[in-house]
Amino acid sequence: MPATGDQPALELRNISKTYGAVAANRQVSLKVERRSVHALVGENGAGKSTLMKIAYGDARADAGEIWIKGERIARHSVSQSIARGVGMVHQHFMLVGTLTVVENVVLGQEPRRSGLLDLKRAALEIRTLSQKFGLDIDPDARIEDLSVGQQQRVEIVKVLWRGCDVVILDEPTAVLTPAEVRDLFAVLRGLVKDGMTVVLITHKLDEVLALATRVTVMRRGERVAEYDAQGLTAETIVHAMVGRPVQQHFDKKAASVGEPRLEIRELHVTGARGIPAVRGVDLVVHAGEILGIAGVEGNGQTELVEAIVGLRGVDRGTVSIGGKPITSEPVAHRYRAGLGHVPEDRHDRALILDYSIQDNLILGQQRDFTGSFGVLDRGRVRQNAERLIREFDIRPPDPSHLVKSMSGGNQQKLVVARELSRRSLSVLICAQPTRGVDIGAIEAIHRRMIEARDRGLAVLLLSAELSELRSLSDRLAVLYKGQIVATLDRQELAADDVLDRIGAMMTGAWTGSTGGAVGSDVAKEARP
Amino acid sequence: MAEFLVSLLSLTFLSQVLRITMPFALAAMGGVVSERSGVINIALEGILLMSAFGAAVGAYDSDGSMFVALLYGIGAGVATAALYALAVVTFQADQIVSGVAINMLAYGVTPFLLKTFYNSSSNSPKFQGFGGKLFSNPVFWLALALVFIVHVVVTRTRWGLRVRAVGDNPNAAHTLGVSVNAIRWQAVLTSGALAGLGGCWLVLSGSSFGAEMSAGRGYIALAAVIMGSWRPVWACAASLLFGFAEAVVNNLQTYAIGIPNEITQTFQYVLTMVILAGFIGRSRAPADLGKPFSAN
Amino acid sequence: MKREALTIAFAMAVAVLAGSLLIWFTGKSPLEVYGLLLEKTWGSSYGIGQVLFKTTPLILTGLAVSVAFKVGLFNIGAEGQLAAGSFVTALCGAALPASLPGPIAVALCVLAGMLAGAGLAGLAGVLKTRYGAHEVINTIMLNFIVSAMLLWAGNAHFFVKYTTHTQTVSDNATLRDLGIKGSAANTSLLLAIGLAVAVAYFFSRTRRGFEWRAVGLNPRAAQNGGVLAGVVIGAMAVSGALAGAVGANSVLGYKHYYEQGIGSGAGFMGIAVALLGRNHPAGIVVAALLMGTLSHGGLGVAELVPKELVQILQAVIILTVAGTAAYRGRAVKKGKSAVPMKPLPDTGAQSSAAEREHG
Repeated sequence: MPATGDQPALELRNISKTYGAVAANRQVSLKVERRSVHALVGENGAGKSTLMKIAYGDARADAGEIWIKGERIARHSVSQSIARGVGMVHQHFMLVGTLTVVENVVLGQEPRRSGLLDLKRAALEIRTLSQKFGLDIDPDARIEDLSVGQQQRVEIVKVLWRGCDVVILDEPTAVLTPAEVRDLFAVLRGLVKDGMTVVLITHKLDEVLALATRVTVMRRGERVAEYDAQGLTAETIVHAMVGRPVQQHFDKKAASVGEPRLEIRELHVTGARGIPAVRGVDLVVHAGEILGIAGVEGNGQTELVEAIVGLRGVDRGTVSIGGKPITSEPVAHRYRAGLGHVPEDRHDRALILDYSIQDNLILGQQRDFTGSFGVLDRGRVRQNAERLIREFDIRPPDPSHLVKSMSGGNQQKLVVARELSRRSLSVLICAQPTRGVDIGAIEAIHRRMIEARDRGLAVLLLSAELSELRSLSDRLAVLYKGQIVATLDRQELAADDVLDRIGAMMTGAWTGSTGGAVGSDVAKEARP
Repeated sequence: MAEFLVSLLSLTFLSQVLRITMPFALAAMGGVVSERSGVINIALEGILLMSAFGAAVGAYDSDGSMFVALLYGIGAGVATAALYALAVVTFQADQIVSGVAINMLAYGVTPFLLKTFYNSSSNSPKFQGFGGKLFSNPVFWLALALVFIVHVVVTRTRWGLRVRAVGDNPNAAHTLGVSVNAIRWQAVLTSGALAGLGGCWLVLSGSSFGAEMSAGRGYIALAAVIMGSWRPVWACAASLLFGFAEAVVNNLQTYAIGIPNEITQTFQYVLTMVILAGFIGRSRAPADLGKPFSAN
Repeated sequence: MKREALTIAFAMAVAVLAGSLLIWFTGKSPLEVYGLLLEKTWGSSYGIGQVLFKTTPLILTGLAVSVAFKVGLFNIGAEGQLAAGSFVTALCGAALPASLPGPIAVALCVLAGMLAGAGLAGLAGVLKTRYGAHEVINTIMLNFIVSAMLLWAGNAHFFVKYTTHTQTVSDNATLRDLGIKGSAANTSLLLAIGLAVAVAYFFSRTRRGFEWRAVGLNPRAAQNGGVLAGVVIGAMAVSGALAGAVGANSVLGYKHYYEQGIGSGAGFMGIAVALLGRNHPAGIVVAALLMGTLSHGGLGVAELVPKELVQILQAVIILTVAGTAAYRGRAVKKGKSAVPMKPLPDTGAQSSAAEREHG
């Protein structure tokens, strides 16, 4: 059945999907017109990823219809989508690290010649596509040797090589620097000009406004609004996303900065596969201030945090808390010295999903709850949980509830509650504290961090969300390729064009000279 | 002592090494194929044993027909592998536990059948095996050819690419329409056939099947897989090391150097432990090795 | 709790079915064989005593395997550990002066056995922590090595001439039998049950138990929580120690010497017991009883059916339990997830992939 030119590229009618007790999609309808850039917006947990998984054939809807290019699809599957020209670029890349670009691109539709793989022809095709759309990809490179931005472009080539003319991108800019985002958008505009359709799943509103022609907003599994991009403002979208006006920026009082709490000198740390990840970092965080670190994933943040916490060894340099060096001390010792840690990946590092809320709330502090003969004081463990559940509004409010069935926001609140309640906490390392968390929880967590900082806590905040960094940080350092390339003080952070400047720094394009040791000199200026 | 050392330089010793290496190498290749697709293959030991038994039954029942022996033996190997695949790929049971269970099953089924078929508690009745032929044995050349065939299949065919993809990032393969579990099934069955041939070789090199005759070779083959970085040709090379070690041990016992037999018996196993400690840090396993895959 | 009981029942049902097929294959009647099996085990006091005798080492090896499982490790070396432990226990018993008070002598011998087991398993733990070498292959290799070395040591030095057993232990180093109609059941059963209670208490009430379980469920989160990698060595050592205590049963409580092949099979059976007992000490005691019945019953029907039937059924049980546990785990994951999140890390029994991370 040939599809006529004015049929929508993709149409979903009354899609419903329930996962266990939660309705991820509730009677959602969506029409994506050809040659448009259609943005699907909503906060974490709104159901947009689920909807697109269903549209792509990667999940089965409980009810509703899927139409691709004017044709109803009875039994949908990923192969069906690909066959009809619909491709998806996932948020977490679907690439096989040890294989080359060509091998990844052709997987599933490998060209053959006399029984063996024929990659030469595919390589040529990839080069052609790459040139046409400005993707700059070397077909023979191994995926694991490529940067995150390059890997994303491979994902796009994968989709284009299969002849897809409808491209769905799930949170594509989460791991890109502002400059890479601009490049990506140029590529996407080129696709549309060539006659293709782009669907963009995102929660980043400024990007939506820069690129989209049409915007659909989802909230709690339902479609709540649809707008034409013309004249649309961020406030309108946000209002639809959360159902109420939301405070985007914090009014916080100026920091009253005290003595240095965390000092990092000339730190060198090796990362995965023997590659140096932190290459000579100097940092000082003082009591009562939030030092933000901007930088895109892959520039050494993970290794920096691991070195500070004690999860990774240090090649050279020192880490001190309160003046006492802890560079080679075990993790438990550092916690006793006053360190707290909110890890960037809570499922990986922070939580034990099969443990209860109360058990997770003492993880990392279990010795404080141990009585004589090494026996845990279960009474105190429970009391601790009840108190923190109340204070931080953790749901469900049942200390014995298993963490694995909690929402992302509540899990993160648990982790923050645990770390902020540490005895003798003096330095808190916070990595991506609001990743995958709904707006309500984000606000709560941000508030807590500011309160703690007002009470004199030193906070090191690493985040990929520039707006978060901007609103919370008292000072900001930019990490690029394992080094601090620039630092900004409170005044500079307030400037209008600061996000662009930071973006440039994050790609190493900054040639100004505020780089160097972030520490005592700046502190001296801040003190009256 | 001098006699012993001299014996190491003879052609007989070389052919002995090759003969002994064969089951290791075939099992190791089977291990490579299965593990590259992401399925740990602890069950190699059980597959070796079952296929050895099958080949013995085939050889005896058909009065020495190698074809029948190989048919029964490889068939037994594939059947055992199929049971393993059913448990770990279809039902996603823990791979290590299931592998150990398959081995226990083999260690139980073979004496059970020995008693039921032949009323013996340790050896099967004698049959005409390879009879000491090596270079004039077509199976030898078949096995040698397999080394290169497996290498080509893994690195240059469509199926091989899919196997490698599925072992490193099954989600990636899945989103491109590749059926991860189907590929894994195929890989495990293939490993059953390869290791099955290894078991056939093991028993047909002699003239009867002895209880527990695999003696840990399946585990040692895994060490060869690791040492060979999950590459078919390198795993075979690593197997040569173990084959050499076993041949040396056999000769030591023949020449009665003065080290008690019981102690020389342990050399293979100690060597394996040493190799594992030395090599595991340096070679990279397929990223998804050991994890079950479910498309939700 | 109910789900676990169902899993056990289902696994036993599948085993009975598989057993029937095999028995039928040998030309005998399954009903006749099962009937005889029950008669020879629970049908007489002697039978019950023998079942209890067989159950004791299974409780210990079941505990050993499950302690390792709880920390995400696989101890397949219980065979070698229990053999080494029994050997050392017997030597200790023969070497101790007869004037030492009974309880102390027994305690020392058992401790010696536990140390031997702990040393072997601990070695595998060290190889894993220092070199990342997987404990499955190493513990299996150690089984082979220990078996050969014990035979050599016995032949060369410790066996009584022309036999394959060691000297009899002195009288003060023996455990009384339970007096069950001449069966071999002895007071080491109480030791085994006591250890089961201790293990249960350890994991549910102590700080270390909390940390060990955390390592089994999410080693990276445990590391972030200040738990050290040394837990692996400690857990393997404890696991090996439990297996090494088996000597109390067969050596101190029954034969009063170590004999080549004594207690063999219990190490592998311990895996079935641990799985069937769902890694919980109470379940393990029950599962040990079931497997003990099977084990002694297998001997009882040996004229009808090869005793290896028992080994086959063990394997069937393990496969069934492993398969259904995974199946249930998936069903739980799909149903209970509140909000579709990015894929959860594997929180079940850890397999080697996580451990093969080479940083």
